[in-house]
Amino acid sequence: MTPRIQMDHGAGGRASQELVARTFMPALENPILSELNDSALLELQGLSLAMSTDSYVVDPIFFPGGDIGSLAVHGTVNDLAMRGAQPLFLSVGFILEEGLELADLERLVDSMASAAREAGVQVVAADTKVVERGKADRIFINTAGVGAIPPGVKVAGQNGRAGDIVLMNGPMGDHGVAVLSKREGLSFQTEIRSDSASLNGLVNEMLEASQEIHVLRDPTRGGVATALNEVAQQSGVGIQLDEVRLPIRPGVSAACELLGLDPLYVANEGKLLALVAPEEAELVLDAMRQHPLGRESCIIGEVVSEHPGRVILKTEIGGSRIVDMLSGEQLPRIC
Amino acid sequence: MKYQDEYRDPKLAGSIVEAIRKKSDTPVRFMEVCGTHTVAIFRSGLKELLPKTITLISGPGCPVCVTATQDIDRAIMLCQERDVIVATFGDLMRVPGSESSLQQEKARGADVRMVYASFDALELARQHRDRRVVMLGIGFETTVPTIAAAVYQAHQESLDNFMVLSAHKLLPPALETLLSADEVNIDGFLCPGHVTTIIGTEPYQDVVDRHGKSCAVSGFEPVDILQSIYMLVCQIEEGRCEVEIQYSRAVDAKGNPRARQLMEEVFEPADTLWRGLGHISQSGLKLRKKYMAHAAESHFALTVPSARELPGCRCGEVLRGVCTPLECGLFRKNCTPINPYGPCMVSSEGTCAAYYKYHQD
Repeated sequence: MTPRIQMDHGAGGRASQELVARTFMPALENPILSELNDSALLELQGLSLAMSTDSYVVDPIFFPGGDIGSLAVHGTVNDLAMRGAQPLFLSVGFILEEGLELADLERLVDSMASAAREAGVQVVAADTKVVERGKADRIFINTAGVGAIPPGVKVAGQNGRAGDIVLMNGPMGDHGVAVLSKREGLSFQTEIRSDSASLNGLVNEMLEASQEIHVLRDPTRGGVATALNEVAQQSGVGIQLDEVRLPIRPGVSAACELLGLDPLYVANEGKLLALVAPEEAELVLDAMRQHPLGRESCIIGEVVSEHPGRVILKTEIGGSRIVDMLSGEQLPRIC
Repeated sequence: MKYQDEYRDPKLAGSIVEAIRKKSDTPVRFMEVCGTHTVAIFRSGLKELLPKTITLISGPGCPVCVTATQDIDRAIMLCQERDVIVATFGDLMRVPGSESSLQQEKARGADVRMVYASFDALELARQHRDRRVVMLGIGFETTVPTIAAAVYQAHQESLDNFMVLSAHKLLPPALETLLSADEVNIDGFLCPGHVTTIIGTEPYQDVVDRHGKSCAVSGFEPVDILQSIYMLVCQIEEGRCEVEIQYSRAVDAKGNPRARQLMEEVFEPADTLWRGLGHISQSGLKLRKKYMAHAAESHFALTVPSARELPGCRCGEVLRGVCTPLECGLFRKNCTPINPYGPCMVSSEGTCAAYYKYHQD
């Protein structure tokens, strides 16, 4: 049978990784792209720049705690911030479906504008395309961003070391559950709101507190489990998580239980994972807790030299198990 | 969360583990019949806490895994019909049939919808009166009543575009087959809590009386499973053999007569083919005459060529507890969750998927 693209390929897990490795990399490979970080590092005439791009296809386009407009700003700003960069400029591409209500578009653009203002970025280039009804789902947005990396900042997925402490800035899974709760055919009552937010302000505070932040990663599609597996592979280290320390809201936990989802794989849009040298971990944690987006920050695990490339979870009852990457599609079109 | 946190309590779990260690002397092999148990055991890392005297074997209780290739082929055939919407529980999407999977067909344009409940499929039928909605009826006694309720409702509403492809399975005949074949050494069963909420404990009496195997009906949290293992260990060490209910917060020994009544109103037993276990007489369900208008076979010719077994695939043996996934030459090499070769790797409740996802070599 002719191989075709399936929903798994867009889920951010192993199938996405395979698509990148087999289809995109052989054709497009270069030393910058090969690093496979959230954003590319560009060294130009003594300047360090970060560049990133992301497309947004979330369904529904308005969800509790956000919408596709603000998400398109937050997501790309965060990809830049995960490199320690100060996000500066964004480009925006709109793909609009014939029949989209203009009022909805205006609402989304206003939402983008205020998200950009809050994050301190300017939208400096834009494009619009319209396709026939049925050829897209209301609106898809692509954004690309450029940011400047301050001298001395060296944050990258490859930099994790044994002994590092793994920090997270709050509970996992809010975004995925909030979006799901409004999905047609699946609606359920919950108070959970998406955590969608720009994290560059929080990252600034963290970088000011310590130069020993080795890795930053935003656990979006594929969730915390997939993000940490990628880091473990990139850095060639093992990561050990402690189940009792994993921050999960009761509402998210209940929704996941009901739908058969594992919160470790549910998407976040305002969360980051930080691998920090052990002696500075408390310092960074304090700085995070001072910031509005870091009040619920906590330690969730540590980096070890054993089982390189793998994430192991110490379970609540004292056993242990592997935490693998997302293998199939857990939920489509979550961001 | 209530009914969850207390059953994951590390202290309580620790004290039960200690009690098991003290009590267990004879080497024993217990089979967890249900796929949800398999996953809970792996997710909690429970195996490594048990003494060496206790071996847990996974059984045939993952509904997706025991679905015959031919039934998958039938579902694929149906979704290729232009006016058909196939409604299915998610796990079935990726199960490979002889040539394709529902997911691959979806990528080629077939209208395959993932639903969380049979009534969602019914709603699809109401919304699309010009199309035929086929619900794939997969699952054991736990899911059958919900499908039966949907058929019953469709009948009431004369919703003649709603139909079911019934590949349901009944658990007791499978246990009987497993025990009669005598190819696996089993000392006791962790019986499936949710199936038992429907069928009650009576069907296990045979397992105890005729086959002399201990039974404990278990809940699904780590503490539930540990306590059930403790019950089985006590039975064996004390020379008892009976059906005990650990999952008493949900299970009544009589089961759920209303749900069974609904099942019996809509369905009648039929012979069916199980992957791994073969043909088992009266172990499946088909719609009764009164409801035949809602049976997929009344609307479509569902004859498919008999499916070849996948060469090299040991899912059948894994389902019967004869071997573990680690003994299969394809495991992790030619068979992964992304490119599953056999069904036990596809379902999130499949034994191979659980080993792949959670087991540390």
